[in-house]
Amino acid sequence: MSALASLAAETSTSTGEAAQFWLLGPLALLGGLGTVLMRRAVYSALCLAGTMVILALFYLSNGAYFLGMVQIVVYTGAVMMLFLFVLMLVGVSSTDSLKETLKGQQWLAAACGLGLGLLLVSGIGQASTGSFTGLGQANSGGNVQGLASLLFTRYVVAFEVTGVLLTIAAVGATLLTHRERLERAKSQREQAEARVRENKHLPPLPAPGVYARHNAVDLPGLLPDGSPSELTVNPTLRARGQMREVHRDALAAVRALEQRTNRHHGRPENPGIPAGQTNGNGANGNGADGVNGKGLAGSSAADGPAGAADEAATDAEEARK
Amino acid sequence: MNPENYLYLSALLFTLGACGVLLRRNAIVVFMCVELMLNAANLALVTFSRMHGNLDGQILAFFVMVVAAAEVVVGLAIIVTVYRSRHSASVDDASLMKL
Repeated sequence: MSALASLAAETSTSTGEAAQFWLLGPLALLGGLGTVLMRRAVYSALCLAGTMVILALFYLSNGAYFLGMVQIVVYTGAVMMLFLFVLMLVGVSSTDSLKETLKGQQWLAAACGLGLGLLLVSGIGQASTGSFTGLGQANSGGNVQGLASLLFTRYVVAFEVTGVLLTIAAVGATLLTHRERLERAKSQREQAEARVRENKHLPPLPAPGVYARHNAVDLPGLLPDGSPSELTVNPTLRARGQMREVHRDALAAVRALEQRTNRHHGRPENPGIPAGQTNGNGANGNGADGVNGKGLAGSSAADGPAGAADEAATDAEEARK
Repeated sequence: MNPENYLYLSALLFTLGACGVLLRRNAIVVFMCVELMLNAANLALVTFSRMHGNLDGQILAFFVMVVAAAEVVVGLAIIVTVYRSRHSASVDDASLMKL
């Protein structure tokens, strides 16, 4: 004990350091609490980054200048950015489920954590010394120089081994996340040929958006009868469930517009596909007074009933537009 | 103020990290709580270094940082791989060795 007392140079730190500790210590604890308690993983990550910056300041005030800078560069700079990258990859919106899989596990876990904390704090309290040496002598030749002279003499083997460890970690991470493509990617020409062979969706897919009032890609386009078409929305958005619902008012407005158009042209007022058929027939019936009726009447008469039905269909298409 | 207060702070942060590992189910948050525990241990090591007046504690903290960086890289790669095969980052869902 006497040897310890003779070694001890100081018993108390400066007032400035104490003020810094009592100001930033609670903040660091708050950051830690936020990391544990925040529902959203991104908020947790930001709280943790704040705690790490405060810890870096504590390292600096403890005389570990090199470690303080490394803490900022490596932890808040590289590690937390890596965490955020993976969070973006895995999905930012993923939140923890509140459902317990094991009954009473959360209370038990909290009790265990509290017990551990009490044990640690009481252990430190038991081992209190009252005085400390300080790094003044050890840091006299510079902190980085002091660390280097230790690192490259006594700890040189461990230093080399950590180099190997980092290399292995980099190779392992590449190996784990790398995915080999099992089959060759189809070229654009092959895709087009496959479409022709299947005879499905030969032309480009219909565009999203409702009657040019919205040009958002997550809003489905409307079919002639006013129902939204899933085909118009990007399959990725559909798979994520991010397709927006078309509002009922918008559908009603489209229907009202069509009815007004029909009334203006003097057609019967029931839209939809069967209505379109009757509409076309009606137009064909009084085709003599239509603008393009005269030219088409002759051709339809020559083509027979099949040609008449075709023309009626195109007419109905125009009416729907 | 005695530097022991840093030790108390590091003990509290370590406790918070341990509670997080036990309480949370999102694998990434669990991983962040492990990082918090490692940082708390580093603070204790740096404080020990100051109390004893030699730099060995700082060297140990430096090695902890290096190993933590390697661990983060491999751990996040594992999380990404598990997420790809199961479409979930919850530690409860990864209950089988094989899908």
